[in-house]
Amino acid sequence: MKSNTNNDWLYEITPHKKLITLNLKEIWRYRDLLILFVKRDIVTVYKQTILGPLWYFIQPLFTSVIFTLVFNNVAGVSTGAVPSFLFNLAGITAWNYFKACFTGTSNIFRGNAGIFGKVYFPRAIMPLSITISNLFKFGIQLLIFIGFYGYFLFMGKQVAPNTYILLMPVYIIMMALMGLGLGMTISAVTTKYRDLTVLVGFATSLLMYISAVPFPLSKAVEKLPEYSWAFIYNPITQIIEGFRYITLDYGTFTWGGFLYALFFSIGIFLIGLIIFNRTEKNFIDTV
Amino acid sequence: MGVILKAENISKQYRLGLVGTGTIKHDLNRFWHQIRGKEDPYSKVGAVNDRSTKAKEEYVWALRDINFEVEQGEVLGIIGKNGAGKSTLLKILSRVTGPTTGSIKTKGRIASLLEVGTGFHPELTGRENIYLNGAILGMTKAEIAAKEDEIINFSGCAMYIDTPVKRYSSGMRVRLGFAVAAFLEPDILVVDEVLAVGDVEFQKKAIGKMQDISKGEGRTVLFVSHNMASVKSLCTRAIVLENGTSIFEGTAEESVSYYLNSSYQLSTTPLMERHDRKGNGKLFINDIYVETFEGVKVAELTSGEAYNIKMEFMMTEKVNPKHLVLVTQFKNENDELLTTIATDEIGVSFRAIDMPKRGMFNIEIPKLQFREGKYTMTYMVSEKQSLKSPHLIIDFLQDAFSINVIRGDYWNSGVLNRPKGFIQEATIFLSKN
Repeated sequence: MKSNTNNDWLYEITPHKKLITLNLKEIWRYRDLLILFVKRDIVTVYKQTILGPLWYFIQPLFTSVIFTLVFNNVAGVSTGAVPSFLFNLAGITAWNYFKACFTGTSNIFRGNAGIFGKVYFPRAIMPLSITISNLFKFGIQLLIFIGFYGYFLFMGKQVAPNTYILLMPVYIIMMALMGLGLGMTISAVTTKYRDLTVLVGFATSLLMYISAVPFPLSKAVEKLPEYSWAFIYNPITQIIEGFRYITLDYGTFTWGGFLYALFFSIGIFLIGLIIFNRTEKNFIDTV
Repeated sequence: MGVILKAENISKQYRLGLVGTGTIKHDLNRFWHQIRGKEDPYSKVGAVNDRSTKAKEEYVWALRDINFEVEQGEVLGIIGKNGAGKSTLLKILSRVTGPTTGSIKTKGRIASLLEVGTGFHPELTGRENIYLNGAILGMTKAEIAAKEDEIINFSGCAMYIDTPVKRYSSGMRVRLGFAVAAFLEPDILVVDEVLAVGDVEFQKKAIGKMQDISKGEGRTVLFVSHNMASVKSLCTRAIVLENGTSIFEGTAEESVSYYLNSSYQLSTTPLMERHDRKGNGKLFINDIYVETFEGVKVAELTSGEAYNIKMEFMMTEKVNPKHLVLVTQFKNENDELLTTIATDEIGVSFRAIDMPKRGMFNIEIPKLQFREGKYTMTYMVSEKQSLKSPHLIIDFLQDAFSINVIRGDYWNSGVLNRPKGFIQEATIFLSKN
């Protein structure tokens, strides 16, 4: 081995922080860990249950049924030609993925302090694994959605996607980025100041209503004109409404809204990543 | 052989007290300095890491300007008392937390073993957890698969390997965790010695494995330990930490004797100047000395002679003498416990003591059984209401007093006894076979 010229070193541990250090090479080296975490997240949910993976089906179905009963039958919200149940199922499927990414990542530092305090591995593995394992769950829920879609078509209902369905992958990425970005920010901030943990619990359930999940955006704008900005400028509304539009061809879609949501998601994600990077080095001292 | 790891001016600052609304002011101030490109305003303040003194400042330096180099294939020991900064240094080396200043440069991958079984998931089976834990420690799936059988054999949990870990006994969990760790093959291994846990049989196995790793396979190891004997046997070189700074660096042998000498010096400071006592202080020992039976104070003791260890005390609050218990423990130069003398075991009960008075415990040693060497004494005075009730500590002081023993003729045989350890009374005779 040569003498200690600086470029010989494999890596250096310093207090200096770069703004964004997403070390992809290192993450690639730990890809097996990523896969194992994803597997763990999926498998352990239904260990020692009788219904097993069936539970992934039950939750969205029941929520859709309740939403249909409460909003469409009791409150009389109209969903046009689209069956209310299918309308709700679409919204819940999209919402659930965002919510799972968000709540999953928002507790990363505190929830894993035990592991993070003992071993180093690229911390970004954790949010990545949460996004991927939730993508799997989202896939299952999408299958149910497609199943019911087929059922309603068979029953002769007027449902059909439109050409914008090609944007589906972009919508999925937006949901993930938005959930990750918000979650990473919250998780980083709560390592030192716990205030936001209290917020996350009830804020997600409230956010669902401002994101127009159980009713069409047009209805919200029509009934609450003075607060319509809260729905329209909420990027999550744009994602949910857009997801319903491309799958059910019902609702509103504007390229402006789409791009707004897209840039917003990327922006939130980058902010989250920066804050996450700043925190990961020393959070164990304050958590 | 070149330098594989180099630590330069490593410092670590911690904040004392609670995190709350008060800290946000400091955080904002720090942020304000940072965006103007100025130095952290709190990096200059901070107390020396001395646990027993009362904190006057809000920040403490857990580590201050640590420098060292590790050569390829070297086994470096890190020794020091509790709170000297050993664990903080380990955490920085293993990248769990960052240093406040300074840098560590390395030419190899570091794997750290601060705990066994990190990340075990209770719902997964032993086999699944081997993979998960191995990956967390930095192994790839292929590496683990290649060693899977060896790991299972080493752990001795073959029967339960497909049972969820939540059904395991705590000992089995530790065994499985250690087994995975034992088959790690990083360039640099950072180990905390508390890892050698489990039952006696497994401890032997674990220490043997550590020896293999450090000796046989020529791996670079950084080893933190309290056990001087294992530092001496495993390490080639060692550094001594005290209050967050490195106070000595040398061969393992030199460092260990330096460390033990510094704790020996502590035990020779006058008792009244010691501030590391524990207990409620109703009664405290203010002087300890040794006298011969004739009443002559001595500084050096001879094996086989008769002595009284006198412990003078002051009582500031009434203590029922019937409830009083005195426990003394003697340790050798390697910090290994040799013997314990406890009044409640022997069945001694004390006479009434007048208030507020001075008094004296007298430990009578008819024939000193220590061989040549330095020994330190730790004492605890406690109150015990009844036989089964717990000890309420009145005065407790670690390494309170030290004695220096020289060789003597214990058996009156004309042969001076050999150094170190304890003389065992025994009768030896030849028998016909």
